[in-house]
Order: sequence, then structure tokens, then C-alpha cells
Amino acid sequence: MKRIYVNEEWCLGCHLCEYQCAFANSGMDDMVKALKGKTIHPRIQVEGDNKISFAVNCRHCSDARCVKGCISGALSRDKDGVVVIDTDKCVGCFTCILSCPYGVIMPSSDHSVVQKCQLCMDNASGEPACVKGCPNRAIVYEERI
Amino acid sequence: MKYDYLIIGNSIAAVGCIEGIRENDTEGSICVVTDENYRVYGRPLISYYLWNKTTEKKMLSYRPDNFYKKNDVELMLGTRAEKINPEKKTVSLSGGREIGYGKLLIAAGSSPFVPPMKGLDGVEKKFSFMTLDDAKVLAEAIGKDSRVLIVGAGLIGLKCAEGISDRAGSLTVVDLANRILPSILDEKGSAIVQKHIERRGVKFYLNDSVAEFKDGTATLSSGKKIEYDAVVIAVGVRPNTALAADAGGEVNRGIATDLKCVTTIPDVYAAGDCAECLNSITGKSQVLALLPNAYMMGHAAGVNMSGGEELYDDAIPMNAIGFWGLHIITAGDYEGEAYVKREGTKYKKLVTANNNLRGFILIDDIERAGIYTRLVREKTPLDEIDFEAIKERPQEMAFSRAVRKDDLGGVK
Repeated sequence: MKRIYVNEEWCLGCHLCEYQCAFANSGMDDMVKALKGKTIHPRIQVEGDNKISFAVNCRHCSDARCVKGCISGALSRDKDGVVVIDTDKCVGCFTCILSCPYGVIMPSSDHSVVQKCQLCMDNASGEPACVKGCPNRAIVYEERI
Repeated sequence: MKYDYLIIGNSIAAVGCIEGIRENDTEGSICVVTDENYRVYGRPLISYYLWNKTTEKKMLSYRPDNFYKKNDVELMLGTRAEKINPEKKTVSLSGGREIGYGKLLIAAGSSPFVPPMKGLDGVEKKFSFMTLDDAKVLAEAIGKDSRVLIVGAGLIGLKCAEGISDRAGSLTVVDLANRILPSILDEKGSAIVQKHIERRGVKFYLNDSVAEFKDGTATLSSGKKIEYDAVVIAVGVRPNTALAADAGGEVNRGIATDLKCVTTIPDVYAAGDCAECLNSITGKSQVLALLPNAYMMGHAAGVNMSGGEELYDDAIPMNAIGFWGLHIITAGDYEGEAYVKREGTKYKKLVTANNNLRGFILIDDIERAGIYTRLVREKTPLDEIDFEAIKERPQEMAFSRAVRKDDLGGVK
């Protein structure tokens, strides 16, 4: 399946991917209205210092520990292999935060459920907004074997 | 009637087993026998159900509606497995039926342990807190004026307290131990969480126990008296091992299994809360009665039952739990050198031993906790990572470039 991969050599540490992610998942069509003056809760996060930086988000593991450990069945792999969260079923126990080895599932802004990258299949972007918005191709969306 | 695969119990280990079997064998017949009258649901959801954070319908959709049909599983509800006959490879069921198996999984779970307590037989409204039916009966029996006494300040007792907090008048918790949640927290952690729960109006009597229940009053060993309308017994649980023991299988605290989840009875496997597995940190067998472990052990059993090989060799104790918005994540154990950081209700304890992270406690500071879990589970040598950085906060940056490249650029 196509996944998001990160080339840390190319990352400028500009954090644009975080803004693109927050905007794509805001449900709004105006980036300024969606983000200006607000604390953003992106599903992708940039780590690093002045020398090294890179973005981290869900790896969509084929043998996902978050799915196996979910107490409500809110996390599952869909038919395309995307690890998706059904926030209607999620009770916010955070067992997935305990389980994920990459630390890429986080509480939603009100902490009542969790949120995670769903490759923008759940919003109007249609393709990963972080990839589309990355100025240096440090984040790519492709098939790797 | 004979099935290729027979599963006793219909909880999370059973689902793991079914999904494990179907990865190898799409043809073999599968039957699940359960004494409950529901399709599968996650037991820990019952407190969220009472707290109106979920509904019965959502609980019962742990797997899609077509789960049993899609996996060609015959589900026998309201049926109790009474006896395993290993020489005939059959299981006797309630109602007198007997069905055969090729491979059998015992995923019978555990039962609430109710210690002998003076006067308990005379308590009209007394409950356990384990199943959806338990939660329903409890909800029916209490109202806004009810004074509820919970015996047990562990995970089950305190989740029950949270669950019924908006339904009951007052909540009192009694425990023999001198602190709450001793199975997952250290003393400082217990104190932080206790204070938080007390702010919600729950009253604790620790280092104490009920000497006698009589006419709506519990007299404690200390002499204190507590008036109650209903009592919840949440002292602990016991693995359901009788089926295995009666069939001649080795049973310690739980049913003994090897890394392939096989019991000492040929073609009989066990998984979940009734079974022991290897704790990969201590190297000893123990019951790890936790939902994620039930799934993973059930899955390994299913793969092995159907001719594949999956060793269940990386189990660790771990827990994610929250009380009134205060979240706790723990893993491993706390035998080693501790690094502690505390700020208000935020508490972090990382325990290292032999160049490994052996365990941790995180309270109100749980972001990216799974990175710590990974260090514990994988026994990552700490001198191969930037431990100073990761102590501060869990981060991918603490790993070497080569590990990062694999994590973020490799196929998972």
C-alpha cells in the first residue's frame, strides 16, 4: 500500500506539514480562519533541532499493536490497509498511546478520544496534505516494498 | 458434531484466535461457546457504559456486525462448557450436548473473587463488576440517593466508582492495602491519584477492611462504621482454570502454557485471563490479565492451532487507565534505579536496570508513552540511544539515524 515516508536529509524543520495537517482536518476551507491565533493539534509532528529534523506520523503498520490492543474496536485496518479510528466507538482509554512504538497516536484537542493520521482519506484533501504542502519533498507518499 | 477449532469463551482472546486461525486456514470449521448472551465486547468498557461514554450497541460492535458470519464461526450463546474430555477430544456442554474438536482453545477468562466476609450473605444489594450484565444489574439497583460501598481500591473497584459516580449518592472505598492501585503504581503515584479521586467526592478507608455487614452498616476492623445501600465487591479476580485442571492439565495460578500457548494437554491451547504466559521482563510465567495481552495471546494461539508459528514471547505487564480525566500509563516493573520527575499531578518514573528501561509510570503526562513501552518490550540497550533526551520526553530523535531511517522510511 502507499504510505507516507520521511527523508530526514531533506527536512528543513519548517513545520509546514503540521499546519497543512491541522488545516486539512479542520473541516474549514479558509486556512487563516482555521488556524490563525489557535493552538493547532496536528496528527503529524516535527521533531529535531537546528541540525536534524524530520516529521513523524502513523506508519500504518500491517501488524499494528494499536489495533490489537484497542479495547473498544475503535481502531481497525480498513480494506486498503489504512489504520483508522472510529471516534464514535473510542472511549479515550489511551491504550493505543501506550501501545504505539512511534508515539503517533495522540489525544484529540478535548482529550475525550484519540486522533491519528488517516492519510487524509477522512477529509476533503483526498491525498496527504502534509506531503502536498512539503516544500522540499522531505515527506513522500508512495509504494515501497 | 465436531469442529476443527473449538473456542471456549467469547471475549477478546477468542477474537484474536479466530483472526489468527483465518490467516492460515479459511476452510476449517470454528465454533465459539460462551455462557454469556452477547456477541463479543471489551470487558473494560462496562465502566464507560455506566458513565455514558459508550452505549450497549457501540460496545457490542467491537467487531463489525458480520464478524462471525464473515469468518464462518458458529456462535453458541448461553452455553456453558462443563467438561473437557481430552481422550475423546470432546467438550461436554450445559444441556447435555457433547461436541468434538480438532484443536481447542480455553479462553474462559476469570471470575470475581469474593472472600468470606461476615454478614455478606445477608446483604441484599451486592454486586461484582466484571460483565455487561453485572453493570446492568448494578445500574438498576442504585439511584441518586444510594450510598455505595466498594470493597477494593484496585483497577476494577476504582473504574466502577468512576462509572457510577453520576448515578450514586455517595461512594466509599475500603481496601486492606494502605494505598490505591498498588498493582500498577508506586507510593507517590498512588497518593497523587488518590487525591485526584477524593476531589470527586470519593471517600477512602485504606489499611482497613470490613469486619461485618449488618442491617445496612459495615463495621470496619478499625471500628469505623459505614452506612450503605449497596455493596460492590471488587477485591480481585481468579483465573477460570477448573476446566483445564479437571482434564489433567497443569495449572498454577493460571493455566500453564508454553510459548505457542499450548497447555500440557495435547491439542488444547489457552489464552487470556485464564492462562499464564511468559513475562518477558522477569522471565517467569504469570497471568497478565490485560485486554491487549488477551488479544495477542489469542492471536498467537490461533496461528499455532492452524499450522502456523507465532511465539508469544514478548508479553509485558502494561496498563492505560484514566480516572475523571487523569490519565495513567504504566509498563514493566519497578525493580531498578529510578529517575523521577514530579510537577503537580504530573508524575514520571522511569526505572532502569542492566542498560534497559525496565518499567515506567506516567501520570497526567502520557504523550507518546508507547515509545517508552517499546524500549521496555524490545529491551533496547540504553547506551545505543540518547537516554538523556528520551528521559525528558519520548521522541524518535533519541534513536540512531539508522533506526530512524528504518522507522520512518521502512515498510511496516
